Amino acid sequence: MDLDFDVVELDESDHPTEGVQAPDFVRPLVNDEYWEDVALSELTADGPVLLVFYTMDGDFPATYIWNELRDRAWDDDYDVTIVGLSISSPYEHKTFIEEREMDYQLFSDPQNGVAEEYGITNDLDGMAGISEPRPAVFLLDGDRTIQYVWVAQEWPDFPDYDEVENEIAAL
Amino acid sequence: MSDSAVTDDPSITLYRLQACPFCERVVRTLDEYDLEYRSRFVEPMHSERNVVKRISGNRTVPAIVDETTGVTMSESANIVGYLETTYGNGA
Repeated sequence: MDLDFDVVELDESDHPTEGVQAPDFVRPLVNDEYWEDVALSELTADGPVLLVFYTMDGDFPATYIWNELRDRAWDDDYDVTIVGLSISSPYEHKTFIEEREMDYQLFSDPQNGVAEEYGITNDLDGMAGISEPRPAVFLLDGDRTIQYVWVAQEWPDFPDYDEVENEIAAL
Repeated sequence: MSDSAVTDDPSITLYRLQACPFCERVVRTLDEYDLEYRSRFVEPMHSERNVVKRISGNRTVPAIVDETTGVTMSESANIVGYLETTYGNGA
């Protein structure tokens, strides 16, 4: 069967790699009740963090990835905080958290500055002026040192969930 | 607020709604007395404000929690009066 569709190749990314300290940032962190400015370093101060960059709330990859992360619930079995980041507004995040029925908190970064800092921006074709993070996963230890990283090289693309779980288990 | 204000864990938490003039009145007073505070934003719908009800007993904003004095309070006039009395020039 010849499936006639295109997976978009993304440009090479220039992101920080394993062993490097991930850049700190402050953004509104949204939970199911409110949002407030929180630093990434405040989260890592409590232990390892899985920082999940994903695409805007409402597209199908965002739904797929958070359904998967919710169902796998790694934080039940391991000492890890799972947190997301997209360009969606706090209001959209709050709705998304409710719809996905998940316990995870989401950073809101409409101007995409964090993805820029991490070298993983993706300018969207056909949506003038909108840039968002390409899908990416950074596993950080308590010092924000990167223990594992995956960055999408094509679009759409999803992390290898089993591999991420192995890395979390190996911390 | 600067980044350091965020990470310094201020003792005052303000529950607020975007574009709410009563909330801004409290913000102005906090700024006037150079008080550091943490902003927690809630949604316009009252039914979506359970966190505020849990801390203050009702769903209105603004509401503040001051861990230094152990005070939790609603209603902007009350809050402004409290801040003046506790942190104002006459305090």
